[in-house]
Amino acid sequence: MRKNSKFAGFYMGLIFFLMYLPIAIVIIFSFNESKLPVRLTGFSLKWYQELLQDNAMLEALVNSLILGCLSCLVSAVIGTLGAVGLSRIRWKSRGVLEYISILPLMIPEIILGMVLMAFFYLLGLPFGMLTLLIGHTVFCVPYILMEVKARLVGMDPSLEEAARDLGAGPGRAFWDITLPLIMPAVISGSLLAFAMSMDDVVISIFINGPRLSTLPIKVYTQLKTGVTPEINALCTLLLIATLIIFLIYTRITKNKHK
Amino acid sequence: MKQYRNLIKPYLVWAFVIIVIPLILIALYAFTEDGNEVLTFSFTLENFRKFLEATYMSVIFKSFKLGILTTLICLGLGYPLAFIISKCPEKSQNLLILLVTIPEWINMLLRTYAWMNLLSDNGIINRLLQLLGISPVTMMYTDFSVLVGLICNFMPFMIIPIHTSLSKMDKSLIEAAFDLGANKFQTFTKVIWKLSIPGVLNGIMMVFLLSISTFVIPKLLGGGQYMLIGNLIESQFISVGDWNFGSAISLILAVLILIFMSLMKKMDKDE
Repeated sequence: MRKNSKFAGFYMGLIFFLMYLPIAIVIIFSFNESKLPVRLTGFSLKWYQELLQDNAMLEALVNSLILGCLSCLVSAVIGTLGAVGLSRIRWKSRGVLEYISILPLMIPEIILGMVLMAFFYLLGLPFGMLTLLIGHTVFCVPYILMEVKARLVGMDPSLEEAARDLGAGPGRAFWDITLPLIMPAVISGSLLAFAMSMDDVVISIFINGPRLSTLPIKVYTQLKTGVTPEINALCTLLLIATLIIFLIYTRITKNKHK
Repeated sequence: MKQYRNLIKPYLVWAFVIIVIPLILIALYAFTEDGNEVLTFSFTLENFRKFLEATYMSVIFKSFKLGILTTLICLGLGYPLAFIISKCPEKSQNLLILLVTIPEWINMLLRTYAWMNLLSDNGIINRLLQLLGISPVTMMYTDFSVLVGLICNFMPFMIIPIHTSLSKMDKSLIEAAFDLGANKFQTFTKVIWKLSIPGVLNGIMMVFLLSISTFVIPKLLGGGQYMLIGNLIESQFISVGDWNFGSAISLILAVLILIFMSLMKKMDKDE
């Protein structure tokens, strides 16, 4: 195979530069003293200080964290059971069920959002944390289900059979043998789901209700009015949090393949 | 196998209640008359007729135009990149692919917002132009800014599948083509391109689907008045309150997407 030419290297560098430039600018200007995002006037942490004093923003952050953890937890249970169940049943409808399991990832988010909004409205559920939680499981479950399913495919079924032969009941065999084996996939899937939940704007906008605001929704409403250095600071912090989750995720998935 | 039936039950209940029923509900909404309070069962095609009005048709055309343009540019820029990455040594390939995926982990709002800094009237690009003595250009709140936002947000979805099919390719086929006297250009068109088509189709599908249904990016980079299908659906549900019409638009969008996807699948099989 031929090596890349100099031009190829230049092209690659250019694309990556364009990809990361806007993000780099956000970080740089978050430490900039001036309010205008054009001139660098000096290093300052005042936007971070202002951010920390913004109670509405902190409340939104707490909401997002609670929501992320809860939807992750609920989805991990439903998704893991679903994946284990799906891999074992020999029903005719299995194909349909598998199709439904990835359906939420294929339907545009906006359609999911409005579908859920109409559904909750008809059910008479008050819009708030509960509707957000149910709504977020719609995309969290498929992520966990897919990760766990992939792990189950590579698993040796004789391990569980051995446990059953040695007298363990089905529940015991699942709890003691299968679950520890698929645990890395459950965790990596949950991390992915958590990141998605912390990230979600589109679905949340439809089902959040008038009083409750998650962090992305708060950012979204502020952005509609324009750019502020405070948002730069917030984005930089979010970026760091995202990178940490991402690093943990790649760690786990890497070990999984070994 | 009976015990597993119990295991899967919570999942089945969830899938049925949260996914299947609401989707059926929307189809019902699309074919019925107004009444946000309770679902009334007076069937009508009015919602679909309304859709054919010129104002709404122009929104659809604009969405498709932008979607296709985004997809083509992503393909044009992304294919070479995927190709270059696939020719790097294995170790740096992993790193480069990581670099491509990291932006996807970053919040979409953040990525979009980052461009607002650059493109706005008194933003960095205009500032640089000013220093060069060129009068400022309005880039924010135009088709251009929306297009830039779409491309930058969805580019990785084009690069990853193409890279996957390029790196899975049997390298001896390329050597064989060279041995049989094909030049670089022929090898590319007759062997490499053909073998990478599944990845290309996957990428096209992903980017097109994402760009046709987005509403956050056009809202932020295109301004409040900017209308694509996604914004139309959102406004029907959130500000206008005509849920039946909103449902009809969603249904049309879903059908268009299904048609598009089956076309892509068919092309994939034919190859």
